[in-house]
This record gives sequence, C-alpha cells and structure tokens, in this order.
Amino acid sequence: MASSEESATKKLDLQKVMDRIAEASKQVVSGVEAGTVENWVTIYIMGRAYQVPADLTILTAMEYAGYKFVRGVGCRQGFCGACATLYRKEGEYKLQAGMACQTRVEDGMYLVQIPFTPAEKPSYDIAELDYDVNTLFEYYPELARCVSCNTCTKACPQDLEVMDYVQAGIKGDFGDLAEESFDCIQCGLCAIRCPSEIVQYNVAQLGRRLYGRYDSPEPEHLTNRLEEIDEGKFEQALDEITSLGREELEKMYAEREREQE
Amino acid sequence: MKVPYYPGCTLKTKAANFETSALAVAERLGIELVELPRWNCCGTVYSLADDDLIHHVAAVRNLIRVQEMNAQGLVDDEYRLVTLCSMCFNTLKQANVRMSENPEDLEKINDLMYLEDDYEGRVEVKHLLELVDELGFDKVEEQVKNPLEGLRIAPYYGCMLLRPTEVGIDDPEDPQIQTRMLEALGAEKIENPYRKVCCGSYQTVQDKKVVSNLAYDILTHARNAGADAISLSCPLCAFNLDSRQREIKEDHPSFREIPVFYFTQLMAMAFGLSEDYCGFDLNYIDPEPLLSAKGIIGGSNGE
Amino acid sequence: MKIKKLDLSEENVEFLVKISDLSGETVTLCEQCGTCSGSCPMVSEMDITPSQMVRMVQLGESEVMDTKAMWLCASCFTCTVRCPRGLDLSKIAEALRQITLRKAVDYIDIRDLSKDEMKRLPQIALISAMRKFTG
Repeated sequence: MASSEESATKKLDLQKVMDRIAEASKQVVSGVEAGTVENWVTIYIMGRAYQVPADLTILTAMEYAGYKFVRGVGCRQGFCGACATLYRKEGEYKLQAGMACQTRVEDGMYLVQIPFTPAEKPSYDIAELDYDVNTLFEYYPELARCVSCNTCTKACPQDLEVMDYVQAGIKGDFGDLAEESFDCIQCGLCAIRCPSEIVQYNVAQLGRRLYGRYDSPEPEHLTNRLEEIDEGKFEQALDEITSLGREELEKMYAEREREQE
Repeated sequence: MKVPYYPGCTLKTKAANFETSALAVAERLGIELVELPRWNCCGTVYSLADDDLIHHVAAVRNLIRVQEMNAQGLVDDEYRLVTLCSMCFNTLKQANVRMSENPEDLEKINDLMYLEDDYEGRVEVKHLLELVDELGFDKVEEQVKNPLEGLRIAPYYGCMLLRPTEVGIDDPEDPQIQTRMLEALGAEKIENPYRKVCCGSYQTVQDKKVVSNLAYDILTHARNAGADAISLSCPLCAFNLDSRQREIKEDHPSFREIPVFYFTQLMAMAFGLSEDYCGFDLNYIDPEPLLSAKGIIGGSNGE
Repeated sequence: MKIKKLDLSEENVEFLVKISDLSGETVTLCEQCGTCSGSCPMVSEMDITPSQMVRMVQLGESEVMDTKAMWLCASCFTCTVRCPRGLDLSKIAEALRQITLRKAVDYIDIRDLSKDEMKRLPQIALISAMRKFTG
C-alpha cells in the first residue's frame, strides 16, 4: 500500500483532481436553468453548503447539487419509504425527519440521507405462530423496553401514532396495532431514533400478519379471485401478453386503463 | 361515580379475569371504572436510579391522560386514577410522588413531552382496594348475596401494595385491608406472616427456581396455617404463586396445590355474579373443585 | 478502645461517590446492623448479603461489581421500610446494576428462554425483567 500511495502522491495533478470533482458534481437534475430561478436557499449536505433552487425537494436538491442516488431512492412519490432523511434547521435543536422526495428544502437545512436501517427481521411461518401477545415478545423482545418517550411518533413522516401502535402491541391489541400502523411505509426513521432499540415497523408487520391470519374476516373477493386463478381463468390472457414483442407491450402499457388523477 | 381507570397490559391478556371481575364488582358498588384513553404501559417497575428520568415518562404520560379525561368530560372533576394491578399502582404512584416532590424533574419531563399538555400534578393514584375502603366495607357487605362461608382464605399482599411506606396503602408490617375485605365477603381469613413476603417478582424470568422456592414457602405457610386458597391483587404475584406451582410440584411431588384468586374474583362470587365474570379458565390451579366443595358455586344463586 | 481512622484511596472514594450519586442515598449512614440481610427474601440465594453489599460500597470496593447480590434483588423494598437509618438499599442495588447496564452490557437475554417459558410468562414479567436486566 505504502508504495502505491507514494506514487499517487508524486503524480498528484491538482487540475485533474479538480476536473474529476467537477465532473462528479455536475448537476443531474435537468430542466433547471439557473437564470430562471428566482429564489435560492442554502442547504448543507453532510456539512457542505450548496445553493439550490428553493422549490426543490430534498431529493431533487441533492441531485441538483450533484449527488447521484443508486440506492436509497425509489418511487419518488412518497410511497416506498426508501429516501429517509434526517435534518436540523439552523438555529433549532429539534432533529426532524422526513422523506427526501416529499420534503421541500428550506434555507439553512443540515441534511443527511438514511438509506438503510439495520434491523432484525426474523423469519417465521405465520401458520405456526400463536395468536398471542407473547408471539410479539418472542420475536421482538425489545418491545418490552418501550419507555413511551414518543420519539418514534415525532420521527414518523407518515404522521402515524407510532408509540400508540407499539403500545397496542404491548397490550396485545392486534386490531389497534394493525389499524394504527396500516399506513407505515417502513422507512426506518422510528427505529433509527428509538432509545429502546425497537424496530417498530417490523413488530407492526408481524402484528398485522397475525391479525390478518387469525382475526380479520376473510375477504370474499380475494377468495373468489384465487379460485378463478386456480380454475385457469387468466391463463389465456397471460399467454397472449407473454407472446407480445417489446413495441406491442409498450403500446399496450401506454394505452392501459388508468385511474383518474 | 365515574372514576378514571388504568388497566395495565397484563390485564388485557393473561390477567383478563382480574379486569372482568373487577369491572363487574365495581359496578355493583356504584363505581364506573372508565378506561383511560390512549394509556401506555407504565413500565411495571419504578426506576430507582436518581438521575434516570426517562423511565418516569411513561407513568407521567398516563397521569396527563387523566387531565384529558376531565377536559373531555369523560369524568366529572375526578382526578383519582384507579389501578387493579399492584405493580402499575406502585410505579404510577411513586412517579407521581417524585414529580410532586421534584418540580424540576417534572419540568424536564413536561419539556420532553412537548406534544402533550403539561402534567399539573393533580392526579391521585389509588388502588381499587383503597377506593373500596374509602367507600366502606359495609357497602361491600350489602352486596353479598352468596357469602363465602367456610372458605378459608389467606390474604397475600406481596410488596407493591405496601412498600415503600410513602406509597403503601396499609401498614407495611401489619396490613389489614384485605382482611376487612374477606370479612365483608363472609370468608374465613387466615393470617400468616408470609402475606407480605416477596414472591420473587421479575426474578421469575431469569431464574424460575429462585421464585418457585419462594412461592413454595409462601404457599406452604398459608396451607399450614389452614388456608384453602390465596387472595391477591397482582398479576405477577399471581403468575409466581399460581402458575409456578407446576415447578413446585416437580420439585416437591407431595405438595398440595392451592388455588390463587384475585380478590375481585372472590368479590364476584360473593356478590352472586355469574362465573363468566371470574374467568377461572385463566387460573392455573382450577379453583372450581374447591368452590363446589364449599357450596359456593354449583348452587342456584349464580346469576 | 482504640478507634482507627479509615483512609480510602482516591479510586475507592470515587466509586463510593458514584454509587451515592446514582442511588441518591447517603451510603455512609449504614451502621451494619444487618436488619436488611435478615429481612431480604433473596438472601439465601445471594453470594454476599445486602449489608455486606452496602459495606463494600461504603469502602468504595468496586469488587462488589463481581457479586450477584444486586442482580438477585427483586426491588421488594422490605429492607427499605425496615432500615433503622432510613437507607433505601433497593436504590443502591439499582445503582450497582446501572453501572453495568449503562455500558450496554445486558444481564439477561430473553432469547435464552425456552419456548414454553416464552409462551407462559405474562407481559408484566417480561417488561419488568427487561427494565431491570437490560441496558
């Protein structure tokens, strides 16, 4: 290592390095013409200041500043939970959380992306589990360490009452747990902030699965559809689609039925 | 009389029989226990480290809910918060005492919970036994339709109803409140010094043997003093004294199993309420053979 | 009778002060009457008695951390109500436990429990044990 380091130092060409940085930092957001932007804000990405147009989201602002997202980004619509962000605003002590694709930049934001939350995610066979509060504790014993500090709720970009659903879990109220956690997008911000090291969203997922398996009424339409699939109702249509070429598929996609926006 | 009621997590699951029996007997006594909206687990044990405030947040948050109940008109100027579980009682009350004695601690906790209203310190944490005592055991006696005659019950207090002294509901060395209850219900009370000896509490998780040894001592003393059954008010004591009889039996095959009641189950029996309220299926040692033998159930007095 | 003055090393004083601060108790008040040890429901399981535990803390002997007594304390407060000097030993035991737990060293791992125990134990047991034995 030492020798290669040495040679690298010798060959250090400042201009080359600067060019490489400039190339890597090129804005990747297209369609933003600096001359047409009226309002600019200063944001700090991992400590470094950038001037960005004020009407961008954190995600597009970071791309404008030159960051390219290969991981830690997904639907860009606020549904997938991949682009979790933590930030503080200048002069404030509160640590805030949000989805980068859904939060507009503000002047003086200090940002960092949380592209992944390390979390225990045991595997289980739902059919083998007891529909009992102890099942939650068996797979997620840290649930017992909740101190009701409500930090999870404060961090939730979906505005869920996270602490309430964790507490519903502790009480064994699966209905409440399922209901309250239903809109969770599993971004991981609650878990990253929890002083008791609970992985709230995985607990909730187990809770919802147990509730769905053992307590919620069987949805008739699903049963019927499964029967139809078994009976081969869709086989012909599927065969037709899989036999199409790229162009035909693209045309079909463009002309698909869509919900009105 | 509508009073805010804090159930605690175990009363919704393994000790659901404690809750159903308590709600039913309280109603007979004219007490409507109104469940606290959005209550959270109290933490079960009061944190004892001097600098540790975060573990009191859970308790104080519940006390704030009592203020909300009053503001929402769910109760009428009623700041007593009733618990059934002795551990919840102890944890909530000790936290309440600490908050009233240390305004600066309360300020920090209020500040941490900035999304909630501030806790104003008005709540009084009460155990159901205390509330009934205040009402008068003569009122209990009036409701007795099916006196527990011939049933010899050893009251067991454990720790959390009695200690520490600042929060205890009775004399820590000579508690009598359950005795008065048992007298009102027409049962024969069997006093013995083990009524205030700890069952081992949470040690049951890390070393069940330690707990089953203690439970063996407590139950054997009660039995030797002539008791047919035990009466208590804590789901953890109940687990250690009732469910751990399985371990006791393994170690001491000649041990005679002894039923363990929540005091509210005894009240429900004496009040002539349906057995459905007692939920004996959740008791590890089935008390029904004893109750039948004493003529307390199986007669025509049940509703 | 000759009275011998005890001189504690700086390190020992530091430990004594640490436990006094954490527990909020004036540990030096203990006069070793032994009432706590005679009252403790767990004493027969302990390697040192509660009064020995307090004595070691008084002398600032951090070797007390290697004993089991603090982990067997069930916080039953029997010693608390009986101590003639008004000391709350349950707080001293908590302080000792906290020294370990605050280093993120847990005393128990719930996952070691058998399947059967995990099914039987009520929430109240799991939550209290996690509070007392994990940091």
